[in-house]
Amino acid sequence: MSEMDRRRFLKVMLGAGGALIVGIPLRAAHAATPPVPLALLGDSWTRLSAFVSIEPNGRTLIGARAPDTGQGVRTALPRIIADELDADWTRVEVLALPLGVEDDNGKPRWLYGPQHAGGSRNIPEAWQDLRSIGAAARWLLRNAAAQRWNLPADRLTTRAGWVLSPDGRRLDYGELAAAAAQLQLPDAGVALKSASDYRLIGQPARDVDARAIVSGRQAYAFDQTWGDGYVAVIARCPYAEGELEHLDDSKARAVAGVEKIIPISVREAAGLIGEVPLAPGIAVLARDTWAALKGRTQLALRWRARHGGDASTDALAQQAATLLKGTPTTQVRNDGDFAKAFKAAAHRIKAEYHVPFVAHATMEPMNCMALVTSARAHLIAPTQSPRRAFEIVRKLTRLDAGSILIEMPRIGGGYGRRLDDDYIAEAVLLAQAAGKPIKLLWMREDDMTHDVYRPFGVHRLAAGTDRKGRIAAWQHHLASTSRLWHRGVPSDQLWTSEMQPDALPAGLVPNLQLGWYALDFPLWRGAWRAPSHDSNTFAIESFLDEIAHATHQDPLKLRLALLQPARPLPVQDGTFDSGRLAAVLKQAADSIGWGQRPPAGHGRGLACAYSAGGYCAHAFEVSVQSGKLHFHRAVAVVDVGRVVNPLGLDAQIMGGTLDALSTALKLEITVKDGQVQQQNFPEYPIARMRELPRAVEVISIASTTAPVGAEDLGVPSAAPALANAIFAATGKRLRHMPFAAQLAHMD
Amino acid sequence: MAQLPPHVPPAHITPQPKRSGIHLHVNGKPYLHAGDPDMPLLWWLHDYLQLTGTKYACGIGACGACSVLIDGEPAHACLTPMQTLQGRKVITVEGLAQADGSPSALQQAWIDEDAILCGYCQTGQLIAAHALLQRHPQPSEADLDSLPNLCRCGSYPRIRKALQRAARSKAGKPDASDMPGKPA
Repeated sequence: MSEMDRRRFLKVMLGAGGALIVGIPLRAAHAATPPVPLALLGDSWTRLSAFVSIEPNGRTLIGARAPDTGQGVRTALPRIIADELDADWTRVEVLALPLGVEDDNGKPRWLYGPQHAGGSRNIPEAWQDLRSIGAAARWLLRNAAAQRWNLPADRLTTRAGWVLSPDGRRLDYGELAAAAAQLQLPDAGVALKSASDYRLIGQPARDVDARAIVSGRQAYAFDQTWGDGYVAVIARCPYAEGELEHLDDSKARAVAGVEKIIPISVREAAGLIGEVPLAPGIAVLARDTWAALKGRTQLALRWRARHGGDASTDALAQQAATLLKGTPTTQVRNDGDFAKAFKAAAHRIKAEYHVPFVAHATMEPMNCMALVTSARAHLIAPTQSPRRAFEIVRKLTRLDAGSILIEMPRIGGGYGRRLDDDYIAEAVLLAQAAGKPIKLLWMREDDMTHDVYRPFGVHRLAAGTDRKGRIAAWQHHLASTSRLWHRGVPSDQLWTSEMQPDALPAGLVPNLQLGWYALDFPLWRGAWRAPSHDSNTFAIESFLDEIAHATHQDPLKLRLALLQPARPLPVQDGTFDSGRLAAVLKQAADSIGWGQRPPAGHGRGLACAYSAGGYCAHAFEVSVQSGKLHFHRAVAVVDVGRVVNPLGLDAQIMGGTLDALSTALKLEITVKDGQVQQQNFPEYPIARMRELPRAVEVISIASTTAPVGAEDLGVPSAAPALANAIFAATGKRLRHMPFAAQLAHMD
Repeated sequence: MAQLPPHVPPAHITPQPKRSGIHLHVNGKPYLHAGDPDMPLLWWLHDYLQLTGTKYACGIGACGACSVLIDGEPAHACLTPMQTLQGRKVITVEGLAQADGSPSALQQAWIDEDAILCGYCQTGQLIAAHALLQRHPQPSEADLDSLPNLCRCGSYPRIRKALQRAARSKAGKPDASDMPGKPA
């Protein structure tokens, strides 16, 4: 049973004008603001929170509970409900559900099940609990028709918004809605469809917001307005741990339209990273955005570092090199006897890989709309973690759960940045201090220099093979800046965000040693797409390629020898099936023409990865001419179990692949004198159209296992497949990301 | 925002051609800006006209999210002060639609190819694509490579297909199916 099912049963309600509403009853009926869109609830909003509403005219409203950051859940989640409902998708309208929460003796009670965007978890979670909502509504409609026709319900079928009788009669769902709302669902629950009856799941569907987006009507958080309030921008301390030394705001106050200057202190709102502002700052509040920006340029400000004012990423690389000579901070895994097996090996291979800090650089910068009074708080927040945002608001305002409304509009990219809600804390603090609603905007420079960056890491790998080229010994040492730093995690657990004890080739090599070294560095870190999988897969899959070349083996055969025969291995998030990974890898190799001679100057590279329950392999064909990289083919093969929306899956894998390539080729955050050096896109040059593959051929392996999410699945194996392809084309091995500067020196 | 209910332009920017200030047309309608002449077009569109399809993302003309057409030429609204717009004609993404409000061939191609991931950059991409098709009605692959706007999500291949679909449609050879095409 899912989190949602355990708590309560679905309820059926008659809505305005005879609409059928299926949802979850609220315990408290006194919310200050309707927690779901009124259109979804009809006149019964004080009693019910709904996922499905069918109106007498057949219009079907479905609530989408998860924020859409571009991962397509506002389309995929309602389709999971609509398929069980047998709805006519052309008559479905999707409405965003805000955070569903009510007060349970001082604790929050979550009403709609999981609501977040992160870890590619929305699809598997929806598969657990949302199907029953559509199935319940369909059961009611079918039984209402059975009563109308005086026929047994099990002789009736449903299709695309109609109930059909064996003799050819049919009734539209809208005509049955009012009668269906009078029925009681069986206590035993309602059976789900069999897979052969799926009509929407597995069929391509476009993004439900496409038309609003292309017409410019889609409202992201910052596109909305309170009508009365201030636009706020903040000049922040450039050091991770610093403070204000000098402020003269007289010129800023004189700017026409500037209304207030408010300091933001971090220490007053002490809490963990992600729940408090990342840095102290001086906020400029103005009547419009331009006045706020102009006012900010007129602030005379000096900041000083409390410590770490001389920190640099150059020194960090030295720190890693020194540490890696000693013993690991944490022995993560130790199978067999690595030292003995390595010494006895016929071939010994070593290599070191460097992964830089990178930023999230979402196209929509951090921002938040906050209205706070003594009676209620209303946020329009582009967050991946609305429950966490709720806790921040509750802590800062001390309001009860029923008085806090958090809306999650469509979001212009997340990639993990918005799992941390520091900007929400800023907006709430400013709304409280100003006594007016706030529209907080971060400038790109704020966003680039005050991120929670992907950790920096130096990977040192060593392997020994026997005379037949089989890997007998494997050692992976990683020195990295844990992203759990300053997040309330004991120091002996900091490694857990950096290495997976069960990552490839663990369990497949008899003598294996994984060790982690703690790097100390004053820069905030956070989750970045497929956290740690992306960095570690670059090292692991590059190194497998190096072993293959050093021992004169085919890189595909070497990997298949590890993965086959297929066997299940326990991993943190379930079971890893080595056969499914081998299958995507073989398919990628077949598709790129592996084993056939490539055109002169071209090289092909492969890599594969398991993450968040999904399997992915990349194959690229590239050439390098006069320092310029050319992509000739790009193939990505995935196994995500049953595919909910093939068009959405294709988009996620295409996007993840290109984002990973852009990042591997070009992106790096560096620190000098304690400050991030990159300010905007010229120094953080996300790749443009001409620099990336013109197409990504996405192939999905047919599967009937429960679906998993694909948001980040296209990321981890793309960078090593590129490095491997560049090696095949040029004979040069790129071990330091980003690659661009090294490529420029190739002929 | 300026203490006004949403979607109601304040009095000083409604058509009043006799007052002093900057007179310009946006999507075919006359407006007057009587505020700070340094204000970038982006923030005027966003805060005062509630034309929020033009997006802020870099503020320095590096990403193209704020692309608009000024007298038919693509420009960055974030770098265009209002004082340079006296008598000019601005088209924003909201002005790309057909007269009856239905999507243009280009917008429809974006929908048909499902060219959207997070969607935030796409309004600027549409303006850039519109300008590209004006220069190159039948764009080559190299022409498509020249599309300058940033997309952090990696929707570029679908943007290419949408542009090609729109070009076919404008040439009177629309696709038989509205479903996305196969990768090139």
